[in-house]
Amino acid sequence: MKKILALLLAVAMIFSLAACGQNGGALGMSESPLAAKALTVDYEIADDFKIGFICLHDENSTYDLNFINAVKTVQETLKLKDEQVILKTNVPEGNECYVAAKDLVGQGCKIVFANSFGHEDFMIQAAREFPEVQFCHATGTKAHTEGLANYHNAFASIFQGRYLAGIAAGMKLNEMINEGTIKAEEAKMGYVGAFTYAEVISGYTSFYLGAKSVCPSVTMDVQFTGSWYDATEEKNAAEALIAKKCVLISQHADSMGAPSACEAAGVPNVSYNGSTYDACPETFIVSSRIDWAPYYNYIIRCVAKGEAIAADWCGGIEEGSVVLTGVNLDVAAEGTVEAIENAVKGLKDGSVKVFTGFKKDGADVTSYIADVDTDAAFTPDTEAVENGVFTESTKRSAPYFDLRIDGITLLNEKF
Amino acid sequence: MGKENKKIKTVPFHIVKRDPMAWYYNLLIRAAAVVAALIVSAVFITLMTQKNPIEVYASMIDGAFGIKTNNVDLRALRIWSLLQNVAILLCISLAVTPAFKMRFWNCGAEGQVLVGGLATVMVMMFCGDKLSMPVLIIVMVLASVTAGIIWAVLPAIFKSLWNTNETLFTLMMNYVAIQLIAFFLKYFVKSGSGVLSPMPQFGLPIIAGKDYLLNIIIVAVITVLVYIYLKYTKQGYEISVVGESENTAKYIGINVKKVIIRTLIVSGAICGIAGLLLVGGTNHTISTTTAGGRGFTAIMVSWLAKFNPLYMVFTSFLIVFFEIGSKQVSTDFRIPNAISDIVTGIILFFIIGSEFFLQYKIVVNKNRKENV
Repeated sequence: MKKILALLLAVAMIFSLAACGQNGGALGMSESPLAAKALTVDYEIADDFKIGFICLHDENSTYDLNFINAVKTVQETLKLKDEQVILKTNVPEGNECYVAAKDLVGQGCKIVFANSFGHEDFMIQAAREFPEVQFCHATGTKAHTEGLANYHNAFASIFQGRYLAGIAAGMKLNEMINEGTIKAEEAKMGYVGAFTYAEVISGYTSFYLGAKSVCPSVTMDVQFTGSWYDATEEKNAAEALIAKKCVLISQHADSMGAPSACEAAGVPNVSYNGSTYDACPETFIVSSRIDWAPYYNYIIRCVAKGEAIAADWCGGIEEGSVVLTGVNLDVAAEGTVEAIENAVKGLKDGSVKVFTGFKKDGADVTSYIADVDTDAAFTPDTEAVENGVFTESTKRSAPYFDLRIDGITLLNEKF
Repeated sequence: MGKENKKIKTVPFHIVKRDPMAWYYNLLIRAAAVVAALIVSAVFITLMTQKNPIEVYASMIDGAFGIKTNNVDLRALRIWSLLQNVAILLCISLAVTPAFKMRFWNCGAEGQVLVGGLATVMVMMFCGDKLSMPVLIIVMVLASVTAGIIWAVLPAIFKSLWNTNETLFTLMMNYVAIQLIAFFLKYFVKSGSGVLSPMPQFGLPIIAGKDYLLNIIIVAVITVLVYIYLKYTKQGYEISVVGESENTAKYIGINVKKVIIRTLIVSGAICGIAGLLLVGGTNHTISTTTAGGRGFTAIMVSWLAKFNPLYMVFTSFLIVFFEIGSKQVSTDFRIPNAISDIVTGIILFFIIGSEFFLQYKIVVNKNRKENV
């Protein structure tokens, strides 16, 4: 009899737990304040058209997954067959990339696209060999000076997306300050970066400035890993930052290392490259990412219509290249979605500028010569500050903002 | 007493060491292993991906040899690329072989190759525009071989003088090599991206218009040399004796310490050449992943071939074939690389497992019931 009673009690407890799970007050994800745009297709594609993609890693890397998802979107929208879209994953940044590009040309691709910075020189090598094929490369810097008609770079003004994500971070910090969890001067964020390199510096600075636009007392520590994809190092870096009393973490490296470390420690995380909500529902706030589908649509359209592809293409909010995921309402501060929506309007009409109002060594920055044209010594060559605003991604698509501004501390410079 | 007897006799089979078998019987067992592996993999593929396994195998072969394409250039590209990859893996396997034959567990081939490559890339970078081509090549060879030797001989010296553990030592040297390259890239690549632009103008010469022909010829020559060295020279014999039993070696007057150091010099030198071929003859740049784990794969190649350099041509071919083939499968069928890696794993498992059946046979205990 006792046994049956115990059993009944156990069953009752399980049911009550399940009920808690259902009514646990989960608000879930909001609609995206800056969603991906539907592609417009105003051209015809030949049946023998083929496009090849070269990715550094595979779906396990958030960076590559973002490219692969865009490939799938474009393939679906354009109703291309599987044999028209060839996807090569895990191609290292070495001679393998050149071989992969040649292989894709051999299979009849009219466009070859590669997604990693280190692929660039090998793509140029292949581009020289096959002038009739278009070679497009994300994140590269050399197309606008290389003078090859069939080699092109592309990027997006993702610093705008980072800035918007930064606003969500700042709102969260304000919420912590208002609730008394931290004091205003304790509003310190942590950032896990890959390399001490313009793409990363531009990213974390715009994120920081976004947060600062709503939470003026914010500071930030940055820890570099020296690798684009190293789950252990990224996790360690995030844990080190949390130990240094960073109350919110963001990252620019491609594994799940930092987001999962945040989930384990219960520290809010602003992600990148796509939503990490499924793995980290308790800590994910929002994520910015580049949507590559508009660029793919653009290059395929150019080839289909026989038009030239821009040597250096930079997509922004208008083109649909910069997008945000939904906001996790369970973690984000109240009013985050509205604040982001307002900032999006401001970025569109030009009333909000990202790289302005910051100080370096206590002084305003009125002039900065950036390294825009790549040469062997990486000499700075182009004035980038105009009317007190650092004009990022207008001189070339890949970021070139590499100033160390006040308020951000780099914990290690070794990479 | 009777009870104990019963326990022993209930074992349904026992294992007996085989007498040496005829070569065709050996071959038959190996072939059976491959067939069994292909069948098991086929079942796995069908269950996991719902793809036709025959098409999957065809795609593997297509990746390696370009059998499906009518494009002659593409087929040539794939075959040359296959041969190039076989050559590099074979070269590193040849490098680890003398050490392994001596039972010196050199797990540091990865690092030895990388420092060889690092030395090469530094010569290309700093002397490329100062030296004439022939001199530059000589300096590159000397630098890479010296670097490889230093990385291999340090653990050997420690082993012979203080009997340190060579497995740990060589493994740790790998990390030192990787970090040296990371430091080099950080220090000399001014953009901070950690990517060094290739310098093909300072690379090894291309002969007969074929990118990798020189690499392949060099490795072919090394293969023959290592074969002769191990099989027909006094030094090669000393390596086998030290490997079989150090005490015997001491007893017959072999200076074991000297043999260990000398053998690791050979091992490191060949690794250095592999680094030279990877950097000077293939990539013309370096990264921490240039060796790509081949330093460890080479150990498997060498073991599978029972340390025979001629067999290694086949075993390294086998492994590279599966590597390239499985990449093609994941491209053709859009399945994750992991699935094709599992298939490669299954096939290798069977091949290695067949070694057991070559050494031992299973005897079924027919009369166990009668004895009870």
